[in-house]
Amino acid sequence: MALEEAKFRQVTIDAVHLDLGPLSGVVAEALLFSYQIACNGTPLEGSRLVIREVPIEVYCPACKTRKTLTSMQWFYCPTCGVPASEVIHGKELMITGLEVRDERRTTLAGSA
Amino acid sequence: MNAEPRLLEVRKNVLKQNDQIARVLRDRFRNDGIFVVSLVSSPGAGKTAFLEKMLTFLRCKYRVAALVGDLATENDAVRLARSLAPVRQINTGTLCHLEAAMVERALNGWEIGPLDFLFIENVGNLVCPSSYDLGENLRLVLLSVTEGEDKPLKYPTIFNSADVAIITKIDLARAVEFDEAGLRANIQAVRPGMHCYSVSAKTNFGLQEVLQFFVDRRSEFPQLDPALRSGL
Ligand SMILES: [Zn+2]
Repeated sequence: MALEEAKFRQVTIDAVHLDLGPLSGVVAEALLFSYQIACNGTPLEGSRLVIREVPIEVYCPACKTRKTLTSMQWFYCPTCGVPASEVIHGKELMITGLEVRDERRTTLAGSA
Repeated sequence: MNAEPRLLEVRKNVLKQNDQIARVLRDRFRNDGIFVVSLVSSPGAGKTAFLEKMLTFLRCKYRVAALVGDLATENDAVRLARSLAPVRQINTGTLCHLEAAMVERALNGWEIGPLDFLFIENVGNLVCPSSYDLGENLRLVLLSVTEGEDKPLKYPTIFNSADVAIITKIDLARAVEFDEAGLRANIQAVRPGMHCYSVSAKTNFGLQEVLQFFVDRRSEFPQLDPALRSGL
């Protein structure tokens, strides 16, 4: 699992914020461990990986609304019990933010 | 020198590159009229034996081929070649799963002519393959009767990413006191409505139903005018 953000050359990255869903197929501890290794020798060396775990949200066809599941082993609406396999959230493996410090080009507008 | 820390908001899917390649592959398969079935399982679940039978039976009426992902050896490809269908090995090296780019690379430069079905056998692993779209139309997760009925509860993510569950080695069910109803209930818990077939590659039990399912799914597949196929 490799995470690169090499295009932000003008800044120092202190931390990478990541949304992680239980259905991403990636386990947080494994990711944290491999992150350190993957960052060694790159501009990201010494940065932190901040993981926000996203709960599984499904669409319930009976309630006609989104519901948060309490277990990834039970894909049924927690309110009405109807099968709910349409996943809206929970597959995320998404970088959501970077904590940065400008080093040289202080006049450069950083936000995209 | 300004060293004020600040937060840059970005939204970057880590697997975006794989998803993009997978989308291109899926479009290409549709244009070429190829129905693509991928297989995932633990090591030793009987994926290769099952696939060998699928290729052997389908080959009588359809143009079929298989890509096989493996860590290092070529045993699976050699075994599948007995079906007389074209088989190509993808050595993943140390990588425990296939990625769309590897499928793309294996297909480029493989002169097999037009196909009706392409099978992609993933590396034996129930964790990592779930994150990687390969552009397939149908993803099968295989598990054998010897693996325990709680496997879907232990690996809900792979079941959630798959379309069909295949219970293999059903000929051994009695000997290992396999609880088929229990396993099917667990599959439905993590993936309500999932199609589930029990098969034996040894006795051929249940294989016809699976073949019929593939053929039916392929016929629902949006078919283009053959003249527009990019292969012609
Ligand atoms: Zn409901």
